[in-house]
Amino acid sequence: MDILANLALGFQTALGLSNLAYCLLGVFLGTAIGVLPGLGPVATIAMLLPVTIGLPPESALIMLAGIYYGAQYGGSTTAILVNLPGESSSVVTALDGYQMARQGKAGTALATAALGSFFAGTVATVLLALFAPPLADLALKFGPAEYFSLMVLGLVASIVLAQGSLLHALALIVLGLLLGLIGTDVNSGTARYTFDLPQLSDGIGFVIVAMGMFGMAEIIANLENEATRTTMVKSVTGLLPSRADLKRIVAPVLRGTALGSLLGILPGGGAMLASFAAYSMEKKVSRHPEEFGKGAIQGVAAPEAANNAGAQTSFIPMLTLGIPSNPVMALMIGAMIIQGIQPGPSVMTDQPALFWGVIVSMWVGNLFLLVLNLPLIGLWVRMIAVPYHQLYPAILVFCAIGVFSLNNSVFDIFLMAGFGVLGYVFRKLDCEPAPMLLGFILGPMMEENLRRALLISKGDPMVFASRPISAVMLVMALALLVTVLAPAVRRKREEAFQE
Amino acid sequence: MAACARNPKDFFAGVIYIAVGLVAVWIGRDYATGTGSRMGPGYFPAVLGWLLAAFGVLSVLRSFVQDGSPIGTVAWKGLALVAGSTVLFGLLLESAGLIPALLALILVSAAASRMFRFEIRAAAGLVALLAFCALVFVKGLGVPMALLGSWFTG
Repeated sequence: MDILANLALGFQTALGLSNLAYCLLGVFLGTAIGVLPGLGPVATIAMLLPVTIGLPPESALIMLAGIYYGAQYGGSTTAILVNLPGESSSVVTALDGYQMARQGKAGTALATAALGSFFAGTVATVLLALFAPPLADLALKFGPAEYFSLMVLGLVASIVLAQGSLLHALALIVLGLLLGLIGTDVNSGTARYTFDLPQLSDGIGFVIVAMGMFGMAEIIANLENEATRTTMVKSVTGLLPSRADLKRIVAPVLRGTALGSLLGILPGGGAMLASFAAYSMEKKVSRHPEEFGKGAIQGVAAPEAANNAGAQTSFIPMLTLGIPSNPVMALMIGAMIIQGIQPGPSVMTDQPALFWGVIVSMWVGNLFLLVLNLPLIGLWVRMIAVPYHQLYPAILVFCAIGVFSLNNSVFDIFLMAGFGVLGYVFRKLDCEPAPMLLGFILGPMMEENLRRALLISKGDPMVFASRPISAVMLVMALALLVTVLAPAVRRKREEAFQE
Repeated sequence: MAACARNPKDFFAGVIYIAVGLVAVWIGRDYATGTGSRMGPGYFPAVLGWLLAAFGVLSVLRSFVQDGSPIGTVAWKGLALVAGSTVLFGLLLESAGLIPALLALILVSAAASRMFRFEIRAAAGLVALLAFCALVFVKGLGVPMALLGSWFTG
């Protein structure tokens, strides 16, 4: 049984004392920041990434992964307690979770979210362990042509399933690809778009882009309409759900887990889509759809299970193929590159301890969330009430020092400010910046594979169509684009995101 | 032009794409394009530049056909103070040192909020944040930043 040996190796890595501590720290920091107002998971991970650079690679990734699902959990907590989803994947949790809190059942809602997430996390960990190796094996057979087509498919799929205008998403991907080319070209040594600035000769660090476009731009956007948030829930009691409640959440959690795991694997899927889909499915199968929006416990259980399952299975394409399916995974890939690991299918064979350690640590992290966060709920409630105007200067401080510490370069701080302004401009123009980050990460890899593929085929572009796997992927990408452009599907998609 | 666009957001986004795309092509004209089988450093950027410009044209065209919402109010003050304070931090970090640079960053950026006022609790928070940064980043993580720069130490 290979899988048992692999998992044993994973447990060995993840349960090492220092990795356990980093996992705990990541989960704790993630939850804290998820609870605090005005910080999304992308900005959070970008902000804390410089701190992990000095760690061994597996510890760094374990901690970053912990921050990710910790932030998700924190986001659900604010969704339930103050009706302010900390991030997009907990938007639907707020619908029924907040109503439950108003009826005095905040404790039950939080416990449901935690239990559902934990169960989904456990299943997703097993799925990850089962499906990652065959996928990586398959990917190891990929040549440059297949890789190029895979990236095209990944990028296209990520925008089809994401929110917002398709045209802008495509344009921002191209813009991201272009920005990714800044720096010295590895093949010819030509300095491209560096404006003769030595600071740009190694390209722009992706942390700078992420912190500017997400962290700083978020701050500026939040200053537009400053709202004070108040918690009506001062203390949370009744954390243990009753037997009847447990009975009611079993089926929704199972359905949410299944749907979330499936949608998480798709590029662009991830947590947000999973939670939306799970909520509407639950509403459809329920015998009392009228209860939804008025505090139905199923409306909390299913999306929470789904978003956690989706968040975790979205690691599958990232770990096995080196393809990010959402901006958080793009940051993970960036973190690997900083650690000197080439993301892709070879990670599993070259760095088995890292690969399996990260997978197992996700399950451990979910356990931490369950065991630690319910008792700590009093702390989170107090953190929710931190006024934003006292918080954002501190966020800015951590961004500025964090960016500086990457290369000890003041120039990077100026660059971040520039990306902050750019991010705000795009926000005002309704251009969602996430695709740009994906393009930015994939830019150099895409060019490299395009080059190699054309070199092997002696310049014949038909290589992408004549190799079967590559052709299938390109056809799929094209089909996706066409379907989305078809008027009927387009309306459906807009409706789905309206809800 | 912009005034008759029915969707100003699409219009301006399109203009940005066209501008960036054409600038990328213009700067990239010096890079060797190479041939199909031996792509030069100029090949991929040129393709991307034209592609971006094409998306820009589409966006501008669409802005005349499809209705959209106006851009809305821009938080000029927030934009200027948040970006400005970050630049100021960068300018002061090496000359004046970390503490003065942080003071500038925190106070200037905080002034962007309409809740901004001088009070004891906020001042205490400021001091705590300064101490935290000095301890964690400079002493703990060893980021090479002088607490007080050459302006003070000579």
